[in-house]
Amino acid sequence: MDSHSIIGTKNKKGQVFTDPHHLFFEAPRIPSFFTGSEVIKEAIRRASVDLMVAYPITPQSEAAALIGELYAEGYVTDYMRGENEFGVMSECAGGSFGGARVFTTTAGPGTMRAMENFPMWSGARLPIEMIVTCRGINSPLSIQPDTLEIYFLLETGMLVWHAETAQDFYDWILMGFIVAEQPDVHLPIAICCDGFFVTHTKDVVNLTPVDMCLPPYDPYRSPVPCMDMECPPVRMMRDPFVMKSNYISYATHASWQQEIRAAIERSRKHTIPMIGGLIESENTDAEILIVSSGTAVSQGREAIRLLEDEGLRVGLVKVKSLRPWPYHEIREATKHAKHIFVPEFNVAGWMAREIKATIPDSDRVIAGPHVAGGMTMPPEVIVEHIQRSLGKSVATLAGRGS
Amino acid sequence: MSKERIQICPEFFDIMPPEYQDLVTNATWGKEGRGWKDVGVNKELIEQHSLCAGCPESMAFRYILASLPAPEDTVMVGSTGCTSLVFPHVGVHNIHSLFGNQNAIASGLKRALMVRFPDRVKDVVVLAGDGATVDIGLDYTLQSWFRQEKFTTICFDNELYANTGGQESGLMQKGFVAKMAPVGKKFDKVRLPEIAKESGCHYIVNCTVSKPSLVEKVVRNAVLIAREIGPTYLQLYTPCILEIGKNSMEGLQEMRDSEKPGERFAYKEFMSDEAKAFLADLAEKDKAKKASAKEALAQA
Ligand SMILES: Cc1ncc(C[n+]2csc(CCOP(=O)(O)OP(=O)(O)O)c2C)c(N)n1
Ligand code: SF4
Ligand SMILES: [Mg+2]
Repeated sequence: MDSHSIIGTKNKKGQVFTDPHHLFFEAPRIPSFFTGSEVIKEAIRRASVDLMVAYPITPQSEAAALIGELYAEGYVTDYMRGENEFGVMSECAGGSFGGARVFTTTAGPGTMRAMENFPMWSGARLPIEMIVTCRGINSPLSIQPDTLEIYFLLETGMLVWHAETAQDFYDWILMGFIVAEQPDVHLPIAICCDGFFVTHTKDVVNLTPVDMCLPPYDPYRSPVPCMDMECPPVRMMRDPFVMKSNYISYATHASWQQEIRAAIERSRKHTIPMIGGLIESENTDAEILIVSSGTAVSQGREAIRLLEDEGLRVGLVKVKSLRPWPYHEIREATKHAKHIFVPEFNVAGWMAREIKATIPDSDRVIAGPHVAGGMTMPPEVIVEHIQRSLGKSVATLAGRGS
Repeated sequence: MSKERIQICPEFFDIMPPEYQDLVTNATWGKEGRGWKDVGVNKELIEQHSLCAGCPESMAFRYILASLPAPEDTVMVGSTGCTSLVFPHVGVHNIHSLFGNQNAIASGLKRALMVRFPDRVKDVVVLAGDGATVDIGLDYTLQSWFRQEKFTTICFDNELYANTGGQESGLMQKGFVAKMAPVGKKFDKVRLPEIAKESGCHYIVNCTVSKPSLVEKVVRNAVLIAREIGPTYLQLYTPCILEIGKNSMEGLQEMRDSEKPGERFAYKEFMSDEAKAFLADLAEKDKAKKASAKEALAQA
């Protein structure tokens, strides 16, 4: 279907297919008080999704079930419960190979169970959107918030964005489809949030009008043929590359991986105007910076307020897109900083590693604080971490003893 | 897809690959009664292959492709294994993604095609090895049947993992000595056709590919029943001559030996009542059509 000629017409629910730019930036916004799960539902109501594949896992089960309600109401064309997340992600792939706009949600062990699919998705250029409501993946069993799983997604060839708030989440779910489906990108996208902190809390979110929706996905703008037998089936090659150990075979595999990475980089020009830059920063002229993504940024913001009361000026960098990685943006934003703190909701400190690998004089990066396994990160913990690292006396937690 | 879509601009005709010229000029697409007799003459769907010389899978591929009722609107789904070496030569859209997920891929694919082409026939056919169907992919095979997904599953049963060098598989015979079964396989050949019946398949056949006319019949039935009613399953013996120590010329005899009465690939068929009624109706219509054609001929 030509997605341009359809703008202004209505779908069977009476929603008007709306130019994405108009929908995102010009259409009126309606303030609403919703949980993160409900926000996912409201975004998908407006996303012209052809197929959603669902599977229960905390903390995304509620959202996945709410989208079932959308299917029952006729806002999502087809909906099924898969058998497990490996199956779910393959069902998503089948749908996307067949030219459908496909959406799914997962978390923690679900992400890990499905992992083999993700590099396949990107290699096959399937613009599937997957919500990841991060939770622990360790043993013993945990359902608590923890962002370790994002680390495993970073080199799958997917676009990876990390939302801080329910508003980010709402906007990015809709924008994510548009970026992922660009002909010069055409890659899967993981939109991550910190489970519970975003999914299970209520927040005011400004929604786009309910009678406007995204134009449908047009599979004929894909850089690879859609598997629907509507274009001539070329015989791709005499021998599959897997059979060969020669230069052409190696070059094909190597260059295709490079092309996936290049497509991730090409997504910048669509993403930057859409989500307002790959990073957001405040007071980057300060000597001390907090850099992170997700709800660790919210906690960082609170910590900055506390530190201000104590006369310490601290800047903030919120990293919104992890893939593409805002390499130049982070170098620029951190160039004045003497100390860069990276609070994270995981034990590994992957964000700190990424930043160390990005900036000159990487010993400026002080990883942490790290909380994991579902612990919260009170701003005081960040304050204490910063004060200790700077050799200052730690006042805020003095009452707790040593 | 109609044949118009694949026409070649006359100026460029001579520089197009011969297979493509063949597709445009001689394709059996849309031809009534296409079938195994086209093998060797019409090569638009498969010509070469990269299997071992004499591998029965190559015959099976030719017969199956010649028997698809609507190749112009068929998408195939493969898996990793010896079959995945052939698919790049196949002239219908086909998907290879991972090892063992073929029925999950086909489930999503069929749904997408039904969403996008609600008023048209779009057949989906899975073709995968026994390891893919029964071992690593069993969950997805069965779950697609439980869900009554409307596509055909074809298993090339060579009773071992051929592509990785002949390891034990669930469909291997008990006692067979293979890699990873160093003292002989310790449990029975998995009875997937029976499991298929319990899982809701509407048409199930277990046979060899020794007789092209038989393959034609069962493939056609399986695709048409899947299109109209629900999941269908074909388990076809395609012996791995390499791993069982046969020569290139011996594949056919191996199949004939193992399809004798009482042998494990003696012809077995199951049909649900719905499928039976559907085939009877189809036969009736065919008969009426032939009769009226004959009448028209007599009057002319
Ligand atoms: C996840 C995964 N595990 C293992 C493999 C290795 N592998 C490739 S083909 C194959 C065996 C295929 O056996 P079968 O499905 O019977 O097909 P055949 O080669 O016998 O036709 C295996 C184990 C793989 N590619 N992916
Ligand atoms: S290894 Fe066996 S199954 Fe594979 S192509 Fe050779 S003979 Fe056929
Ligand atoms: Mg096998």
